[in-house]
Amino acid sequence: MNVVLNGRPAELGDEATIADVLAHLGAPERGVAVAVDAEVVPRGEWPRTRLHEGAQVEVVQAVQGG
Amino acid sequence: MKLAGRSFESRLILGTGGFRSLEAMAEAIRSSGTEMVTVALRRIDPGARGSIVDVLAGCGVALLPNTAGCYTARDAVLTAQLAREAFETDWVKLEVIGDDRNLLPDAPALLEAAEQLVDEGFHVLPYTNDDPILARRLEDVGCAAVMPLGSPIGSGQGILNPYNLRLIVEHAGVPVILDAGVGTASDAALAMEIGCDAVLCASAISRADDPLAMARAIRMAVEAGRLAHEAGRIPRRLYAEASTPDAGIPAF
Repeated sequence: MNVVLNGRPAELGDEATIADVLAHLGAPERGVAVAVDAEVVPRGEWPRTRLHEGAQVEVVQAVQGG
Repeated sequence: MKLAGRSFESRLILGTGGFRSLEAMAEAIRSSGTEMVTVALRRIDPGARGSIVDVLAGCGVALLPNTAGCYTARDAVLTAQLAREAFETDWVKLEVIGDDRNLLPDAPALLEAAEQLVDEGFHVLPYTNDDPILARRLEDVGCAAVMPLGSPIGSGQGILNPYNLRLIVEHAGVPVILDAGVGTASDAALAMEIGCDAVLCASAISRADDPLAMARAIRMAVEAGRLAHEAGRIPRRLYAEASTPDAGIPAF
């Protein structure tokens, strides 16, 4: 399936979950959050939340600022 | 200082933006004595070196996520929700910016986002204009503090309108934290002398020639300013008032 991951087109497996995307990105354990189609997905739901064709996925992490 | 039910010994909140490295940031945090620092959220960078979250955990400081870079209430609310998930905290430094050159807050959007986030159970600390009426409105919708700017973010221009800041302090029923504009230690001292409960400072420390020394200087300024505020300054007079008695002056 094709999604938009952090503003860029990305091709994922048909059954891909949010947890799969994070593993693919090499995301750290802490300080990460995910929104799909402008809705925050709680951490506990990442392994079972499957993405859909055309999903807008934002994966963010902590950076210096403010 | 009590903020949203939590006690702090230090009245200095440190912004983590602008440090050249995580090591430099950690050193400045320790030198500043702060107990809470801001963090931001950005798209994940697989090439990023080191984890700011781990470094901050090592410093033992509380995290205050910000919504920097948001220009609408909707974006700010979503960013706050992401921050709650990423950092497991209900605290948020709410920024809704109205202009990309002066980075001044968009007052109506700020108020809208603040109200929504308070409804969602956040402890909202809004970065606001130095407007006493807006500060009151933010307090009315349930913000845990108000954080008026001294001058635009990173401008180092200090407190451009001490009169407005004084009015905000005088009328606020929640803590007032000077946010933005501090250029050097005396700016922080002035904020505290005026009666602010705390100072939030980033660039003045992180972009100083010697961030470690400036962190210590601003820490001392915040303490000195607070002490001076509590001590009560003398009124300003147009003319001199002799400090030595006139009585008993010898005649020659």
